[in-house]
Amino acid sequence: MANPKPENSKARTLTIDPVTRLEGHAKITLHLDDKGRVADARFHVTEFRGFEKFCDGRPLWEMPGITGRICGICPVSHLLASAKAGDEILAVAVPSAATKLRRLMNLGQIVQSHALSFFHLSAPDLLLGMDSEPASRNVFGLMAAEPELARGGIRLRQFGQEIIESLGGKKIHPCWAVPGGVRGQLVDAKRTAMQDRIPEALRTAREALALFQKLASKFEEEAAALGDFPSLFMGLVGEDGTWEHYDGTLRFVDATGSLVADGLDPRDYRSFIGEATESWSYLKFPYYRDHGYPDGMYRVGPLARLNLCERMGTPLADEAWQQFRDTAGGKPVTSSFYYHYARLVEMVGAIERIEILLDDPEILSDQIRSNAGVNRLRGVGVSEAPRGTLFHDYTVDEHGLIEKTNMIIATGQNNLAMNRTVLQAAQHYITGNTIPEGLLNRIEAGVRAFDPCLSCSTHAFGQMPLQVALYGPEGGKLDERTRD
Amino acid sequence: MSTQDPAAAPAARRPRIATVWLAGCSGCHMSFLDLDEWLFELSKLADVVYSPVADVKEYPENVDAVLVEGAVANVDNLELIRKVRARTGAVIAFGDCAITGNVTALRNRFVTPEELLRHAYVEEADFQPQVPGDRPLVPELLPKVLPVHQVVKVDAFLHGCPPPPHEIRSLLETLLGTPGEGAAAKMGKEENGEPKT
Ligand code: SF4
Repeated sequence: MANPKPENSKARTLTIDPVTRLEGHAKITLHLDDKGRVADARFHVTEFRGFEKFCDGRPLWEMPGITGRICGICPVSHLLASAKAGDEILAVAVPSAATKLRRLMNLGQIVQSHALSFFHLSAPDLLLGMDSEPASRNVFGLMAAEPELARGGIRLRQFGQEIIESLGGKKIHPCWAVPGGVRGQLVDAKRTAMQDRIPEALRTAREALALFQKLASKFEEEAAALGDFPSLFMGLVGEDGTWEHYDGTLRFVDATGSLVADGLDPRDYRSFIGEATESWSYLKFPYYRDHGYPDGMYRVGPLARLNLCERMGTPLADEAWQQFRDTAGGKPVTSSFYYHYARLVEMVGAIERIEILLDDPEILSDQIRSNAGVNRLRGVGVSEAPRGTLFHDYTVDEHGLIEKTNMIIATGQNNLAMNRTVLQAAQHYITGNTIPEGLLNRIEAGVRAFDPCLSCSTHAFGQMPLQVALYGPEGGKLDERTRD
Repeated sequence: MSTQDPAAAPAARRPRIATVWLAGCSGCHMSFLDLDEWLFELSKLADVVYSPVADVKEYPENVDAVLVEGAVANVDNLELIRKVRARTGAVIAFGDCAITGNVTALRNRFVTPEELLRHAYVEEADFQPQVPGDRPLVPELLPKVLPVHQVVKVDAFLHGCPPPPHEIRSLLETLLGTPGEGAAAKMGKEENGEPKT
């Protein structure tokens, strides 16, 4: 904690840090009821860039390149969702090799993004300890304390990034997928280079999975207090219920595993997803329409995908998925803490699928793009980003200039659940009018389990700067802490 | 960062570097992480005292150099960049958003931020449409997105969207020097085709 001011023994207001606003982009407030219990908790997202408006007038063909810049962590998700919305507007069949190449790039991204989340951002908590020295509780501390693990994680992320680069020419923001297909084919030398790295990548991912399984018992309290509650889960699913990341239909299941809706066409997303706004956050609050707001809370991302699919579709991942589901007796896993676990299972599955795609002779095809003009005035593209389902919805004029854009970002769909997580953590750890030591790191870890890609709507990631304020029933501030 | 390799920094104070994230997409930071295993070398040369990828504290005093990603888009960014300038030796505009505003500044062609906000939070909302306005929780947007050099003095520019890792590495090596080998020599080597990160 930052130097606390000398505490007045009777004072209820303890200012831990005199800074009233942090440089960060996420803030948290906790509100007490008149019995002193935590009644409400809010996770505030404070960044806004306005992509949905400033794309107006841009040519459709520019959109993948522009919208990729929404996020440097998952640019490929935006690239693909955008290109797919464009496919719809051209109304052409994308060549099958192009679809395979796009899938390959998306899998590369899932590997790099999940590696970042696990090794660079969360492993410091999990391995060095949630109460370890803040100055070294980061990737550099991990490099010093666990160099081999850190090196493995760095190389695994690199493997994913190099897949993206081999296809798109650069690791971040390749303008490669376009309406109708992709712009560059895969050359054989690059395919071989990727294939050579698969054994190491798979080994690292499986070791990380085994490590998490071993560590899980140490974090039982966190798993129960940090976001364990029933909710709906939504994601894409392939034919016959197999895990899916690029095509397919949408499925909602509830916490008991019952199907709530299935076979939904992503193009109709507005008929089942609503968006609410709150005055205290720049991140909107999507909800499942049939259940209303806020009861229509649903989670997306690795945890959701594993909860709603019936198999992963590759041998090692299937085995890991079974173990994952067994932790909840075969039902959906409801603790958000297990997003970490789900991420590792997906990483194994993604590497297996990369291997299959690279072995496919069609992956070297040069038939990678269908050309056409504007044949429809609206298109919706969807992809499973590392953090969950992503929608791009464009309306264009007959020249293909954008008239209207709507995007539903993966992390936004977890907004209600992240707020619930903060509330649950606060209720678990706070009993009086003060904020106990260690709470902030726990709340952070709870939010971080979702791997919020807040640069899609804000910046904060990793060790997020947090400011927690505790308010009494009359609205007076009782206590405040900023994370050191 | 805690690694201390005594051989790497004899006697002298270890250089203190930082990275800061204003209104950008994090891609510049991701490119920094694409230094991959060279990060181990970096940790021998300097302490990363502040960064969104390391642990965030109050931006510290006496930072030797900072890489600033992103443009200045809201009052929080403004406050932070002024603090960063005051506490840092060399401020490096890191990537095109910091240098020109780039994609972040595309909103500048709208007269006011209100139009943008209304679109996102009122026109596209199905439930309680409203512009988030709880201050200071939700920071006010500046009327125009500004590149960093229009707000504070910038000492160096590293272009690219994002800047490629080998250029980030060259810059850091120039700034930090390499023990037993001057930065210039190192840069010469890179130009002579030494494998880049
Ligand atoms: S310069 Fe490019 S990569 Fe860097 S923050 Fe801006 S959009 Fe992202």
